[in-house]
Amino acid sequence: MIEIRDIYKKFGEKEVLKGISTVFETGITNLVIGRSGSGKTVLVKSVSGLEKVTSGEIFYDGRQLSSMNEMQTTALKREIGMVFQGGALFDSMTVAENVRFPLLMFSKLSAAEMDKRVDFCLERVDLPKTHSLYASELSGGMRKRVAIARAIVANPKYLFCDEPNSGLDPQTSILIDKLIKEITEELNITTIINTHDMNSVLEIGEHIVFINNGQLWWEGTRHDVISCDNKELNDFLFNNEITKRADL
Amino acid sequence: MKKIVDAVGSYFILLGRVLRKPDNGKAFRRQLFFEMRVLGIESLPIACIISAFVGAAVVIQLAASLSNPIYPTWITGYTSRKAIMLEFAPTMIGLVLAGKVGSRIASELGTMRITEQIDALDIMGVNSANYLIMPKIVAFMLFSPIIVILSVFSALAGGWIFGVISGVITSYEYLDGLQLEFATYDMVYGITKGIVYNFIIASVSSFRGYTVTGGALEVGQASTRAVVESCIVLIVSNLALTSILI
Repeated sequence: MIEIRDIYKKFGEKEVLKGISTVFETGITNLVIGRSGSGKTVLVKSVSGLEKVTSGEIFYDGRQLSSMNEMQTTALKREIGMVFQGGALFDSMTVAENVRFPLLMFSKLSAAEMDKRVDFCLERVDLPKTHSLYASELSGGMRKRVAIARAIVANPKYLFCDEPNSGLDPQTSILIDKLIKEITEELNITTIINTHDMNSVLEIGEHIVFINNGQLWWEGTRHDVISCDNKELNDFLFNNEITKRADL
Repeated sequence: MKKIVDAVGSYFILLGRVLRKPDNGKAFRRQLFFEMRVLGIESLPIACIISAFVGAAVVIQLAASLSNPIYPTWITGYTSRKAIMLEFAPTMIGLVLAGKVGSRIASELGTMRITEQIDALDIMGVNSANYLIMPKIVAFMLFSPIIVILSVFSALAGGWIFGVISGVITSYEYLDGLQLEFATYDMVYGITKGIVYNFIIASVSSFRGYTVTGGALEVGQASTRAVVESCIVLIVSNLALTSILI
């Protein structure tokens, strides 16, 4: 479980996050949604520790991030997996080397055990025969799946996904969403997904946090979204040509 | 002025993160050998080619300037050797490598930064600055003596070949001058300069690449700044080193 309390983030004079508090529960898919520039990426990066918050507190299963020393922070980071928007795969490494990398750096597994774990993770994301390919040889969806495999290879407790569907076709997006949801339930981890994909909201949004202008504007589940009367949320989710034509 | 102070401060803060014990010794050694090949071995051909032609130009210039019966015949070889070992080989090749290696390092790290590969390392708990930059600095510094020695050899050989072919000096006069009062310290001096220059090139370029924000345009700008700033710091440190070492 990750709890955030009253977090603010400023870049110079610009206040991007304005006092956000919420709880991201374990074992469910937590979605952070909002328009481009609303502050959702900054929120996810702040919670993951990639950005330092200006004020406020973040608790990882009761452990306060701001009171941790460098060693504790490093240890916590080893419990985190992250899927970046573009995959962020290391260009100079093959798929297998990318997935093996976190194990190589920190685990005490033997080479054979590492290979076994890499095979398992690549099979889990349905990429069993891609070990020797380089990132440049992969499609967008494959890159995302390799990134998911790399994020889960070291058995993380917390999984962050930054717009995992961006640039993917609708079918592949659904596959990626389902994969993340299944992994979250299987490993019983705390997953936070930053997205502006409406399909994701309706497919896997077990806990949705809507960020508008740096503030937490609305919170609920995918079932609540349909019946919600929050104007900004409805404008964000349903105010497009397709939904208008479908008269939703 | 504030920007310069900020940049210098950030450079030393980054160096503080770089100069730490690696997270994993095996991974460090693997990166080190990779960087030795990329930054060291791949720099040798250009260092040798440029040194040979610069050496030739130095010998021809000196021979022409010193073609006076009052000077001893060995003077061209002797002065060429001194000039090449003390200044041309380390400094000139340092400037050339600031362009080749500096732009490579800055663009590589800059691209890694904008494609979030550095963030990926950080989120895994890897000290990304140490993992990415330390092997570059160490590999390039370790290769410095080889680069300087080969550069000196190429320059002296180039001077010999082109000097004799162009007829400005005889083989005997040149070789006689080269061997006259050879001081080992001159080689140590050149290598010391080379090591310092290579540290400057690798660290300044890494700083510029590692701290890029934005996109492809900014990576290009960082690459240019890396080369320009490396050259300036290198030239300034050349003056300081010359004053200290001579």
